[in-house]
Order: sequence, then C-alpha cells, then structure tokens
Amino acid sequence: MREMFYSHAIREAIAEEMERDPNVFLLGEDVAEYGGAFKVTQGLVGQFGKGRIRNTPICENSFVGVAVGAAMLGMRPVVDIMFQDFITLAMDQIVNHASKIHYMYGGQLSVPIVIRTPAGGGRCYGPTHSQSLEAWFMHVPGLKVAAPATAHDAKGMLKAAIRDNNPVVFVESKLLYGQKGLVPEEDYVVPLGQARVVREGEHLTLIAYSRMVGEAERAATALDREGISCEVIDLRTLAPLDLQSIADSVVKTGRAVVVEEGCLTGGVGAEVSAQIVENCFDYLNAPVQRVAALDVAVPCADALERAALPDAGKVMATVRQLMQKYG
Amino acid sequence: MSTHITFNPDEMLQIVAPDGSCHESLDPDLDATALRRLYRGMLLTRTVDIRGMILQRQGRIGFYVPSTGEEASQVGSAFALGPSDWIVAAYREPGAAYLRGLSVESFFHQTAGSGKDLLKGRQMPSHFGAKSANFVPASSPVGTQIPIATGVAWAAKIRKDPMVTLVYFGDGSTSQGDFHTGLNFAGVYRVPIVFFCKNNQWAISCPFAKQTASGCVAVKALSYGFEGVRVDGNDILAVYVATKRAVDNARAGEGPTLIESFTYRVGPHSTSDDPRRYRDDAEVARWREKDPILRYRNYLERKGLWSAEDQESLQAELDQEVDDAIESALASPPPDMETLFTDVYEIPTWNLREQLEQAMQKVGQ
Ligand SMILES: Cc1ncc(C[n+]2csc(CCOP(=O)(O)OP(=O)(O)O)c2C)c(N)n1
Ligand SMILES: [Mg+2]
Repeated sequence: MREMFYSHAIREAIAEEMERDPNVFLLGEDVAEYGGAFKVTQGLVGQFGKGRIRNTPICENSFVGVAVGAAMLGMRPVVDIMFQDFITLAMDQIVNHASKIHYMYGGQLSVPIVIRTPAGGGRCYGPTHSQSLEAWFMHVPGLKVAAPATAHDAKGMLKAAIRDNNPVVFVESKLLYGQKGLVPEEDYVVPLGQARVVREGEHLTLIAYSRMVGEAERAATALDREGISCEVIDLRTLAPLDLQSIADSVVKTGRAVVVEEGCLTGGVGAEVSAQIVENCFDYLNAPVQRVAALDVAVPCADALERAALPDAGKVMATVRQLMQKYG
Repeated sequence: MSTHITFNPDEMLQIVAPDGSCHESLDPDLDATALRRLYRGMLLTRTVDIRGMILQRQGRIGFYVPSTGEEASQVGSAFALGPSDWIVAAYREPGAAYLRGLSVESFFHQTAGSGKDLLKGRQMPSHFGAKSANFVPASSPVGTQIPIATGVAWAAKIRKDPMVTLVYFGDGSTSQGDFHTGLNFAGVYRVPIVFFCKNNQWAISCPFAKQTASGCVAVKALSYGFEGVRVDGNDILAVYVATKRAVDNARAGEGPTLIESFTYRVGPHSTSDDPRRYRDDAEVARWREKDPILRYRNYLERKGLWSAEDQESLQAELDQEVDDAIESALASPPPDMETLFTDVYEIPTWNLREQLEQAMQKVGQ
C-alpha cells in the first residue's frame, strides 16, 4: 500500500488503463500540457503524447458528442468536464444519446465512455462552479453514476468505469483531490454497484457518498462519544444503487440518515429514502432523514457557502434530534 | 459552371438540366448498371413514400416521414460512398439506406415496430438503420447527430482507418448549436467527414429565410476553415459528383466539406403535418415540376438507357417488393416483453431484473 492523493489515484487509473488498452484516450479542455483545471491529468501528455491526450475546442456538447461517436466506432474515450456545472452544456449528448444509443438501436452499438466531472463546493467558487448535480443522472436509464470517496476507490472505480461497456458519469470531488489515502501497489478494480460499510454501528445508519462520507465518519466518531453508535455506508455507486447493502444495514439499525452534498429536493437522498421505506418499512424505528445542501444556489461568500452545504455538524444535529425523538 | 464554392443562391452545381439534357464536360460517365441503379433507388424511395403515407392514413402504421422530392439528394450522395464508409442519418434519408442494402422489408418492420425490427421496436418510425450497413439510425433531436458523426470520423482518423463518414441533416438543423460545434471540431482536427445538408427549404413550418440570414448554407463552411459547396439537389448526377469529390478529399486527408443540396420538401413534414396551413400550394406545384426522378428519367431516355417498358416492369417489380415488405411487417408479432429490459445496460441491473419480473407477472395475469 502507498499513501496517495485522490487526484493522483485518478491519474494513475487513467494511465494504467491507457497502457492496458490502446483504445482508451482522454479528451477535454486543457487536459494536455496544462494538466486539467485541477492538475489531475498533469504529466499524461508526456507519457502518452498528444495523440492520446487530446485538447479540444471549448465546447462540452461537441466533445461529449464526439466521444459518443468515437465510442460507437470502438474507442473508449475518457471525457474531462472541467467543472461538473458545465455538464449542462452537454446534457443532450448524455441524456438523449450516450445513455440511449445501445438500447434505441437494438443493442447494435455501444457507447463505452466515461465522463469525469469535478463536483461540489467548499472552495468559494460560487453558484456555477460548486454544484453537485449527480442526482439528475440517476434518473436516466442507461447511465451509471459513480462517486468515490477515497483515493483507493477513485482509482479502482475509475478503472472499472473505463472497462465498463456502458456510459459512466464519474463524480469526483474537488475537495477530495488534495486528500490522501492508501492505494494498493498491485492492479485492482472496485466493481461498480457495490457499496462499502465504512464503519459498523448499532443505532443508526448514515448513508453517504463522495465527500460526504468523510463528514459522516466525523459525525459518527463524535456521536460515538455521546453513546450513539452509527454505521456508515459509502454508496460509492449511485446508479445502480446497492440497495442490498443499504437494506442489510437499515434492517440491523432500524434508522437511516442519508447525507449528500447536492440540494435536498429531488436529490439522491430522496431516492435512497424511498427505497428504504419501500423495502425496509417493517424494520424502521424512525422516519428516514436527509441531510443535504439547502435548496439555494451555492453562494460564494465563505460563511454563506458553509451555511448552504451539509457537514459533520449538521449530520450530528439531525442524528441527535432523531435519537431524542425515536431513540 | 464551376464545382467550386459559390454563394450566389442562383448559382450551384448542375449537370442535368430539367429537360434531361446534360452538361457534357461535367458528366461523371457512370456505366449503365450504375445509372440504372441510381434510378431504381429513387423510384423505390418514391414507391415506399406513396404506400407509407396511405398506410398511415389507413391507421395501419402510426407515423411516416415522406421524402418525396428529395430522392436525388439521398440516393446520389449515398452512391458516392464505399461500403465501409459510415452514414449517420437524420430521418428523411430512407433512399440512402436502401442503396446501402437495407431492405424495404426491414424498413417496414421498423416502422411497424414488429418483432423483426432490428431496433427491437424502440426507436420512432422512419428512424431506421443498421450497424451491418454502417448506417447509424437517426436519434431525432435535430442536429445532434452532427458532433457524433464528427466523433465517428475523428476516431477513424485516429485509428488510421481509411473510412469516410457522411452525416445528413436538414436546413433547420443548421440553426442548432450542434451544427456549429460539430463543424468547428471537424475543421480544427481536419476530420474525414462530409456534412450533407438537405436544404429542403422548410423545417416543419419554418421557411429557410427565417432560419438563417446567411442566404445559403454552404457559405457557413467558410467560418470553419473548409469548403462549402452548393448543388442542385434535384439533379442526382450533380449530387453524386459533388459528394464524390468531398468523399475523395476527405479520404485523401484534406478534411471536411459542407455540401448544401438545394431541394424541396414536396410532401408534409410528416404524417402529423398539414402544410397547407403555412405554405402556398403554388410554390409546391412549381417544385413538383422539378421532380428529380422525372429529370433523371429524361436523361436516361436521351442516353437510350430507359424506355416505357423498362419503366413499367421496374415499377411492377418495386410495387411487388413493397407489397411483400408491408405484408411481412404487418403480419409479424410485436417484440417479446422480455426485450423491454435488454440493452438498457450491457448486463441488466438488479432494478431492471426486478421490474422485468413484475412486468412478466402482469402479463401472466
Ligand atoms: C432538438 C429538436 N427540436 C425540435 C424538434 C422537432 N422537429 C422535428 S423535425 C423539425 C424540423 C427540422 O427541419 P430540418 O432540419 O430542415 O429537416 P427536415 O425536417 O426539413 O428534413 C423539428 C423542429 C426535434 N426533433 N429536435
Ligand atoms: Mg428542412
């Protein structure tokens, strides 16, 4: 095992997959010499050359569309969207094409693309550079949505995503790029669709993904001192959801709080809670709760941004209330 | 007459005049078999059109997209490609598909959503195609196929595959951002692609003049750094010659060409449309007189390659082909319920397996 930044783990995943399969290539804005907005792809152009690390004109819709076409011909493009917020400009190509071509054309064509999207706030970047829009993509049949929380998973899941024959929206967290984690020396993949029990507990299940896993863990550690034992589940993949792991935990604890960085209304938590209520109702001792961003655009001012986004403190407050009432 | 870029809307490449006389120096000198094949392709497309419209009116199919008047644009352009070249279609190019060997029968299976539909009853009627023919069916949001086609062509270039890609779209689609983004990208990377715009002068009820102030489509190529060509879209030989040159250039590494095939949508936009509400019958009548099939027939007759008997026997053969196709498609049962869930993902996810089980229970009850 090595200690490695989340961002370096992603870079290593790309490099290894490019070495393994000549059809894998990277495209996006400023991904070559510049190394990408968050320096995730730095150095790759030196290793693989401009033929495989391709800068594109500034146009999300064209380079996602072009990647769809290239994938139809047998390539495996990894597309870099500079900020997840800009995925809106490629929405048609993702929703009407990448996700549907395999189905709509009777299985004759496949679109094995990975769309990497740095998401989330916490950097005071304001409303159009801080969003967590992944819930949208869970709503589209044909897409997979992956959102790793650790360097280990970032590498293993990206490798799985690149090898997957379906289009994958890969959610990276801007704040996690600079965090370190243990990454194995040897080749490994983390299969998509499998959640992870981060820590075991008795009274309540905290369900989170991406950066919120860390916040949930912090909350669990603090709550433990208050005598509240939380199990923490990292969803890892949002589509397909690993309902089995969620259910196993909720059946055991009888209580669930879903934590996400996106807005509350219509979010990931809404789907997860609905699944829990539909499938685990008889085991629930309390209503499922959600901790999410406020239903506002993410403000730029530090204090306002912190007020808008969820964190360990807000998770703790929700859990305490829940345990008081239903403990 | 020059085959080069011209932006005077009255000036465009024409080889066969409406009376069938030919501009000899531009005649591509195709052999008799090829010339007859072009004619057959156009007449087949027209024959299917007439029957398709009637079938929809009779309620035997749900929807049909006619392409009457645009046969030369479709067939002439597709004829310029080799079998390993790719076509990325809009939805008004069935003639190009037939020319590439897709059968009228497979067209009607698709339109009727039968169990033999290659697209498994999933895509809108008249949006057909097949991987086996390197013919990508239309997805339907207009213009969105343009960047995808650029990607197909770009990937071919990266892989050093000599194939060329041709993408069809309408005049209305040139207003979409995807037109700009697809052409811009192709220009930057000198991608081996032919952008083939069928300017039929209408986008449902929106006339060309309200679509763009450019005056024509071909001029737009200038801003992307490659050649734009205007061609008489009702002259199949002109369409063929312009496309062949563009395809050859693309294959030789000279990058993209934008072709504007100037034609007219004689029929309604689709079976859901009544064009009399927004356009003048006189305009339609004027264009009916410019029928591309008649013009080409005149040309063949002048060359001594076509006779009234040829016409009669070909028409009878095509009628039979279309009858058989329709009969087969309408008699076929719909796709199996299980197929509803296949191909959403390469391997069905648990939620789809669960939904399949529930759906099958409902069918069983
Ligand atoms: C993105 C999108 N907007 C609107 C439509 C509805 N629509 C279908 S065809 C059409 C007109 C397209 O005109 P044109 O590109 O000239 O092609 P034509 O139908 O004339 O062949 C419109 C507006 C659509 N299919 N997709
Ligand atoms: Mg049109």
